[in-house]
Formats: sequence, structure tokens, C-alpha cells
Amino acid sequence: MHELSIAIGIVEAATDEAQRRGVQVSAVHLRLGALSGVVRDALLFSWEVARQDTPLEGAQLIVEDVPVVVFCPRCNEQRTLSSLQAFACPECQTPTMDIRQGKELEVFALEVEDVEVPR
Amino acid sequence: MSQPRLVEVRRNVLKQNDVIARALREEFRSAGVFVVSLVSSPGSGKTMLLERTLTQLQPKNRVAALVGDLATENDAMRLARSKAPVKQITTGTLCHLEAGMVQGALQEWDLNQLDFLFIENVGNLVCPSSYDLGESLRLVLMSVTEGEDKPLKYPTIFNSADVAVITKNELADAVEFDWDTARKSIESVRPGMRIFRLSAKTGQGMDEYLDFLAEQLQEHRAAAIPNPS
Repeated sequence: MHELSIAIGIVEAATDEAQRRGVQVSAVHLRLGALSGVVRDALLFSWEVARQDTPLEGAQLIVEDVPVVVFCPRCNEQRTLSSLQAFACPECQTPTMDIRQGKELEVFALEVEDVEVPR
Repeated sequence: MSQPRLVEVRRNVLKQNDVIARALREEFRSAGVFVVSLVSSPGSGKTMLLERTLTQLQPKNRVAALVGDLATENDAMRLARSKAPVKQITTGTLCHLEAGMVQGALQEWDLNQLDFLFIENVGNLVCPSSYDLGESLRLVLMSVTEGEDKPLKYPTIFNSADVAVITKNELADAVEFDWDTARKSIESVRPGMRIFRLSAKTGQGMDEYLDFLAEQLQEHRAAAIPNPS
């Protein structure tokens, strides 16, 4: 299980982005590809641990699952795979490894508030 | 009190790993060393295959290996019998190798003195799939004792690899290994994947696999030098 290292990576990336903008993060939006090798539930569990004692303590992790999209050379179309067990066009069954989407592991957006400057 | 708002950042979580991996790949390319990584579940025969590979490549090639393990240096000691330079990366509790560990382990080695570098990952069919190590070729091993549907159970790692190697073929009959089903499973998760079937113990099938590695080294070097003159 490497989700804890990934969660720590997300905390670090979000903290860095937040500091550069001078903002406080209330939620992190993550795009998680089906081929990223990261398990959503394990990641959410690790998130609780990773955010402790960091500026992101209290911030939520919102995961958007990204399905695998391949290009079918026969249909000349992009197709979404419903299963990782078959890398073939769901319409015409032509095998394809032309992967266009699904490897994402990306902090896509942050929900932020401006940091209150103490007077 | 300010209103919460959404800012787009689009930042790859594994960027740090990927940046190091890219730098390593460039370093390997300019040194003319062909880097092969091995992934599989624990006990699939990575170390056995690697020991045989190092031994058989050595008369003609300069080879070295990095080997990742949670604990112990047993694998490095086994591989050292091949007389090739071998370095152990002990990962502690970490279930996979990362590009930074490879970079750290290589610091004392002169890559220009090598033809092949092998990187044996920690035995694990899940976590290593997320991490690029800068390798040019990733082998995924599966022994005949593991069940023909392994690729369907771990599609991500098979998908991230370039070549599949079916190991322990000397046991195929004893365990009634169904080659056709295994081949179809691999083909289903990684269409067009090159598959080798061999026994590192008896040597059966090793020649074809070693010839393939030699071809890959030639192609790698030809691609690295656009204008040989």
C-alpha cells in the first residue's frame, strides 16, 4: 500500500500551491485515473493521517474518478473503457493500447479562502 | 470573512518522481546503458532470472544490478554470485522503488562503463506500477504456479510493463499451466505485448530472451546517436 506516500505528496503539493497564493485550503480536488495504480478508499483513509499537523488539517479530499479512454483506430473515435480487463474498443472489439486518459494523479483544484491577517 | 473560492492548480502529484525519472532516462541514454526493470509478485523468480541473466550476458556485456527489498540483503548476495556489481536498496517499509532511490544508489557507479543495468523492484504487483524509474524496458514476471488469470487481477501493472516473462516453465506440466489462457489474459490487458516463456533453472527459453535484450540494447544505442559518423 503506497497510498500514504501519495497522500503525503498531495498534502505537500497543495500546501505549496496555497502558500504561493497566500490562501487557506478547505478542500483539495483530485483527479484519479483508473490506471494510476492508486486505490481511492485507501487514499481517503491515508488522507486523514497525512493532513494531521499540517496547514491542510481540516481540509477535505474530493476525488474525481477518471475512467480510461482509448483511441480506437478502427472507429477513429475515442472510447471509454468500462473495465481494465479488456483493452479493446467497446463498440467493435478492436484491441488498442492507445491510451488517451486514465493515468491521472493530479491535484486539479483547491477550494480556498484568503488568510485572515491578524491586526 | 472571505468567501471560499475554487482555484485551478493542475499539479501532478508524482511530479517529483517523474522529474527525476526523466533526468535518469536522459543520463542512461547519453551513457548508452540499457536499463531494464523487473516487477512481479514476491516469489515469481525475479532474482533467479536476474542471476541467470547477469551470468549469461557477462562474457560479452558489462552488466550491473540494483535490487530493492523491504529488508535483508539476501537477494544482493545471491546476485553477487554472478560476479556483476550489485547494490541493494533496502526500502524499509516502503512497498516499491522510487526514482530518487535509484538515483541515490547509482551515485558511485560510472554508467559509461555499463551496457546493461537491471533494477529488481520490490516484490509487489500493485504499488510499483505508479512509479517511473527511468527504465527503458519494464519486464513483468509471472510464474506458471501463479494462476493464468493474474494479468486480469492486476491489469495496471501488466499495462505499465513492456514485456511479460512467464517463469518457472519447468513446472508447467506439474501444475497443469494453461498457456493459452495465460496468453489471452495478457493480450486482453496489454494488447500486442511481447511474451517470453522460460525456465531460469533449466535454461530453456533463455536464449530467445537474451537475444531480445541484445537487440534492444542495439536499438537503444542507435536511437541515442542520430548521426553515427
